[in-house]
Amino acid sequence: MMKFLHKFSSPPYFYSISGRMLPWLTALFLVLLAYGLYGGLVTAPADYQQGDSFRIIYVHVPAAWMSMFIYMVMAVSGGIGLIWRIKLAEIVSISSAPIGASFTLLALVTGSLWGKPMWGTWWVWDARLTSELILFFLYLGVIGLYNAIEDNRTASRAVAILALVGVVNIPIIHYSVEWWSSLHQGPTVTKFAKPSIHIDMLIPLLVMAVAFKIYYAIALLLRCRNELVQREQGSRWLDEVLEKV
Amino acid sequence: MSEFLHMGGYALYVWSSYGIAFLIMLFGIFKPLILHKQQLRELKLKRQREKR
Repeated sequence: MMKFLHKFSSPPYFYSISGRMLPWLTALFLVLLAYGLYGGLVTAPADYQQGDSFRIIYVHVPAAWMSMFIYMVMAVSGGIGLIWRIKLAEIVSISSAPIGASFTLLALVTGSLWGKPMWGTWWVWDARLTSELILFFLYLGVIGLYNAIEDNRTASRAVAILALVGVVNIPIIHYSVEWWSSLHQGPTVTKFAKPSIHIDMLIPLLVMAVAFKIYYAIALLLRCRNELVQREQGSRWLDEVLEKV
Repeated sequence: MSEFLHMGGYALYVWSSYGIAFLIMLFGIFKPLILHKQQLRELKLKRQREKR
């Protein structure tokens, strides 16, 4: 495993294997997406309280989960880059930031579109919504800080520290609906007891969550390849790649 | 079919959620793809110039 990771983190190997993985990942993503959309929009029954508006969960919840998951990937790989100076870890960290920011924005916007018909308001300054908004600003801060520092490697180190400090926000988001009274509903899936959601509603949700994870893998590989080309200009392996283009 | 599109009266909210998700996710794929093409083209031009 360590041997594989070592090999995988070498730039030329990463570049070629990620290129070969992308079509497979894309196919898998499209199949899962089609299944999840059909299940969520067609076969799942309407909610007895929220009617058809609950169908927003099939984008809202996976997007919100991804906003936190990607943050953790960004912070952990940033930490790995900080400690062991692994180039690819730095690249994974900074490449995750825009994807995470877009999922956070998506969670906020779809939440708003759900809140308007259900709560009667687009936005409230309660704990869940505010901490998710802070997450969005953390992502923007990471992107801004990275772009503000000229040298890529120095920038990566500064960004990793910011990302690691911001991790404190993640448990706050998760437990916000339990710690403070909130308009936002409590957890229906991620709890130890049986999920309080019907199985026909749950399965498409889980499928969509996996589809979003695969999407993240695709978007991440694409961005990592770009960052890698940017950083490795003039290296011999890149010259070989260019000859084949 | 029209009942499906109607979404029990929540059509505006449901379909705009899915539409925004579609746009954001599409953008997240095509932006790096286009950038990659540009990078390779520019690097190739640079190399050809250096060879001369």
